[in-house]
Amino acid sequence: MATTEVERRRGQLAALSIAAVVIIVGVPLWWRTTETYRAWLPVSQIQELSKLQLHLSADVEVVFARGTVTPEQQKKVPLTQTQDEEHIVDEDTALRYRYETRYRTATIMEEDALNQPTAAEADLSLHTLSESPCGSLVVYVIPESSTLLLEDTDVYVGQRRTALLRIGAQMRVGRTLEQLLAHLEPRIQQVLHVMSFSHTDITAALSDRVRLSPGNKESIADSMRAFKSSPGYEITFSLLNPDPKSHRLYWDIEGAVQTYIQPLLTKLSPVANFSIDSQTLHYAMLGVNPRFDSSRNAYTLIADSLAHVINPVEARLGSNAASSNPVLNFLLYVPDAHHSPLYIHDHKKQEVPSNAFHSPRWGGIMVYNVDGFYGPEAVFPVDININMAKVMGVFLAQLRLLLGVQSSTPPPGFVVAPCGSTGLADWELDRLMWSRSVENVATATTTITSLAQLLDQIGNIVINDNIAEQVSSALTSLQLAVAELEAGNLGFALQYSKEAILASERAFFDPSLLHLLYFPDDQKFAIYIPLFLPMCVPILLSLLKIVSEARQKRREKQAKKD
Amino acid sequence: MAAYRCYYPAVLLILCSFSVFVVADTEDATLINGQDVTALNSPQTASKTAAQTAEQPAVEERQWEATASAAAADDQDRTPDTPAPGAEVQPVVPPVLPEPKDSFQEELVFRPLHSGDIYASFQFRTLWETDFMRGNKVSHYRLFPKSLGQVISKFSVRELHISFTQGYWRTMQWGQPFLPSPPGAELWVWFQDSVTDVDGTWKELTNVLSGIFCASLNFIDSTNTVEPSASFKPLGIGNETDPRFLRYATLPREIVCTENLTPWKKLLPCGSKAGLAVLLKSEKLFHSSFHSQTVHIRPVCQDWQCKTTSWELRQTLNVVFDLHTSGQSKREWSLFKMFSRTLTEACPLASSSKIYIDITDNPQGEQFELTPATTLLSQAVVLGDRRTFSVYDLTQQATFGNTRSLNLLIRWKSSEGDMLRPLLHAERYVAGYGLQTGEIHTLMYNNHPYRSFPVLLLDSVPWYLRLYIHTLTVTSKGKDNNPSFIHYQPSKDRVRPHLLEMLVQLPPNSVTEVTVQFERALLKWTEYTPDPNHGFYVGSSVISSLVPSIVAMDTNSTRERPLFSSFFPCKEESSYFVRVYTEPLLVNLPTPDFSMPYNVICLTCTVVAVGYGSLYNLLTRSFQIEEPSPGLAKRIANVIRKMRGVPPL
Repeated sequence: MATTEVERRRGQLAALSIAAVVIIVGVPLWWRTTETYRAWLPVSQIQELSKLQLHLSADVEVVFARGTVTPEQQKKVPLTQTQDEEHIVDEDTALRYRYETRYRTATIMEEDALNQPTAAEADLSLHTLSESPCGSLVVYVIPESSTLLLEDTDVYVGQRRTALLRIGAQMRVGRTLEQLLAHLEPRIQQVLHVMSFSHTDITAALSDRVRLSPGNKESIADSMRAFKSSPGYEITFSLLNPDPKSHRLYWDIEGAVQTYIQPLLTKLSPVANFSIDSQTLHYAMLGVNPRFDSSRNAYTLIADSLAHVINPVEARLGSNAASSNPVLNFLLYVPDAHHSPLYIHDHKKQEVPSNAFHSPRWGGIMVYNVDGFYGPEAVFPVDININMAKVMGVFLAQLRLLLGVQSSTPPPGFVVAPCGSTGLADWELDRLMWSRSVENVATATTTITSLAQLLDQIGNIVINDNIAEQVSSALTSLQLAVAELEAGNLGFALQYSKEAILASERAFFDPSLLHLLYFPDDQKFAIYIPLFLPMCVPILLSLLKIVSEARQKRREKQAKKD
Repeated sequence: MAAYRCYYPAVLLILCSFSVFVVADTEDATLINGQDVTALNSPQTASKTAAQTAEQPAVEERQWEATASAAAADDQDRTPDTPAPGAEVQPVVPPVLPEPKDSFQEELVFRPLHSGDIYASFQFRTLWETDFMRGNKVSHYRLFPKSLGQVISKFSVRELHISFTQGYWRTMQWGQPFLPSPPGAELWVWFQDSVTDVDGTWKELTNVLSGIFCASLNFIDSTNTVEPSASFKPLGIGNETDPRFLRYATLPREIVCTENLTPWKKLLPCGSKAGLAVLLKSEKLFHSSFHSQTVHIRPVCQDWQCKTTSWELRQTLNVVFDLHTSGQSKREWSLFKMFSRTLTEACPLASSSKIYIDITDNPQGEQFELTPATTLLSQAVVLGDRRTFSVYDLTQQATFGNTRSLNLLIRWKSSEGDMLRPLLHAERYVAGYGLQTGEIHTLMYNNHPYRSFPVLLLDSVPWYLRLYIHTLTVTSKGKDNNPSFIHYQPSKDRVRPHLLEMLVQLPPNSVTEVTVQFERALLKWTEYTPDPNHGFYVGSSVISSLVPSIVAMDTNSTRERPLFSSFFPCKEESSYFVRVYTEPLLVNLPTPDFSMPYNVICLTCTVVAVGYGSLYNLLTRSFQIEEPSPGLAKRIANVIRKMRGVPPL
């Protein structure tokens, strides 16, 4: 029986070696050849992004005019103070605001400028003296006796980045500098909240990242009104003429855009690119039949029905063929002759004076009644030239709202200078840039982290080198943006945050990520089974047999010993 | 080992069922991928669908606020300090309006055909005096549609011609159409010479257009795009004829339906609310033998010296209503019967709005009767022939009569009369048998009794039909006819199609036959269409020619003429331009059995498993000598001995 034993051993060895070859050569070969290409992603850095700590810092200069500080106090200035404010928004996001305040006395030139007769002129000549950089502020403290400000105003907020602050009556000469500063500090804080970033703006900008606790309805409406930050916007003005048989309308949109809209957009050009076009749509109806109000002899649109006005019009508006940026629509609706005049009523059944309304993140609609331009016996069609100044006033206000230029009501005692021909003060632009940079940073971080999560969860997705490149460039831009925010360089921060958002979106929406997305494992195994099953089952069976034989042998041995 | 043999068939069974699932699922997956890619390529469509899906909830979700306080406050503080030029001057009644720089014309032509069908052709023209070419941004639109204007200025398009056609125009029965178009979709574009990456721009443009017209123009890629050197000259002004800036593509498979008509109607200034466009009801238009809608954009001269140029957007819709589908034996047509609508007004924006009815063959009213009758007649030279038309001017109130609606009625009296055979006509077919080779025959008929004229033949054949260009023969009247010019661009597999252009002289009263042999290529299995056994389409051949005219043509392109007779510019008086499209071809390619890959997997795995199994068996089995089993007789004997109680043998 020795020969059979040798045979058995040989068989066992053969089975074992085949199993070894399969495990050592076959399995790695299969693994390598069916692997999907996944470029390396900076995962640890992306995970760091999930904890976001934003530092925002703004430079504030406080300039004392003659007559506000005594000569002894004057010796102690210039001095610098920093104030830090910490806010924890949620467990992953924290904010820290830093105001670096420098105190100094006014130069002779500035004194001259402050001696101008009115605040507006002083503001202008202060601006020509020195241009303060983006994101910074200068507060001039002027003596109580100054005639620059009217009786009941304490603070004048200029068109640029300056404010004039009247020192309080109780702060007569003779107090110490510390007392003076302690008196000034809360008021300077107030000025800062108006002119620079405020906590509510910044938290609203973070809404992409942080689920805010539902506040009151008003604040939700406020936060939902403005468009999301985007590298570009398309502005479309549409003139809706439902009744071309009666009204031949003419609007000088080209001139109006040049006069009213373009200055604002030029000012906003660091924030985004804008393109403007206009069209005239004939036979475009509103979705609601206006109700006739016999008491006023006019047709009315009620606030509740406004939601249904746009949908049928929207089909005619057409999307922009040339770009995929969000579109801001501004519609000027001239009601047909049989439904004129048409007025919009608000919830209190009061006529809306501007006869216009806007839809958050969509655009605005204005109703322009033309029945006053012709008498009852007019011969149709009537030629009508639309008064663009009236129309553009409303559209400009809506545009500011939709772009997120905050026009919060100033605290009592404040006078905000009317913004000039540009339609936007420098400090308003700064505020917008603060919140846009923070919003961009928040959006880019969420995009990158969710992309990383997605790629981590679905192993089938091929990650090409270009995606890895985009991700890492987005990361670098993000880090730069955060660093610039901390350093207070607002312009650069916005620039980098825009780059970050572009790169992250490009990575996220790359079509190559879709290739193997829908290739589930069960299908793969359906292909593998015909080869794997007949190969593996004999190997497994013989391995089992070998093991059981070995076990039996050991048992026998033990039995013998016993 | 025995166990292993037993389960193997079972495994195979499971496998087969698996493979069925796999086939189904992977096809799904590729489809989904395809859709996503197209969506990404054309943000237009993606956003559109997104908008559509989002629209419903948006109604409730949106918050509507009156801009009351803000705007009012704004008015107060802004209007005073803004330098408002028009603010002080209240609009006076009547205001002096600047002359609009754009105009719109609409027109409908009926031509009773000899087959008893009726041909209706809508023509809409928007002229806009502006300059897209000179870099300055055009962004304020009035009558010209904004979407097309944006396309022109973004992609630096000089000329754009799109047609969507359902059905084939039967030249021999119906004569020449006013504006020819091939079955399916056709797109040809001249770019401005400032475009550097023409191919990239072309790709983007087709994606955007496919979004605008809801058509599958995004399937146009390098494999079906050609650059014809001579057949498609610019129709507008401009003498740049470098074919590098021209792209031409057809999609013969494209099905045209309502979803293409709706965006087309939206481009009209009056939409489908007023004017002739109210007749465009899709359920009637698509219940016809032939339907073709086109959009042509080109720069044209405003005046005879061409001092000012303007852009022309011409939208045409041609439809042939079938006599027999209406199911009535009475030969009678009316606007209401054809379109289920009557006309009540002209589009108020149109400077002219007219209906023409071709009554050339009916001078004394012996063939058909027209009600309401009109005294207004007009003559126009169309396709080398002087035709007479009854004209209804919709801008005149008198046209509509007392009923305030116009319902034209054509009642046939006799069906006699024969049509002049069209001078140029062409047809094409595939010959040969089997799935390996074949032959394309193109026949061109010159029916002119005594004049010969040259024609340009353009053939664009997909790469999977490999043309043997050495077999190209051109014969007329049994003799070889040497083309005076041949431009042939061979195909590259999966990159570009064959392009064959030649200039052939057609002798009078003859048939010229062009044949070329081809071999059918085997495609990769993912390159087949979802229904490969239906066959593969090959686009129509295009035959362009200057046909000798019987009457003198009008060479002044700016003179006021009916729209349908003024599309192709006319360079000389003695001939007119005609383009003829042949039928598209449907070619069968060798089609594999698509479950084959899985069968192959199963088969090879079986072979491998059998080989491997026996090898494994040999290697691992222990061999031992076995006693030979006793013979049958011996066993029986042993059984008997056992019963007897005797020890076995």
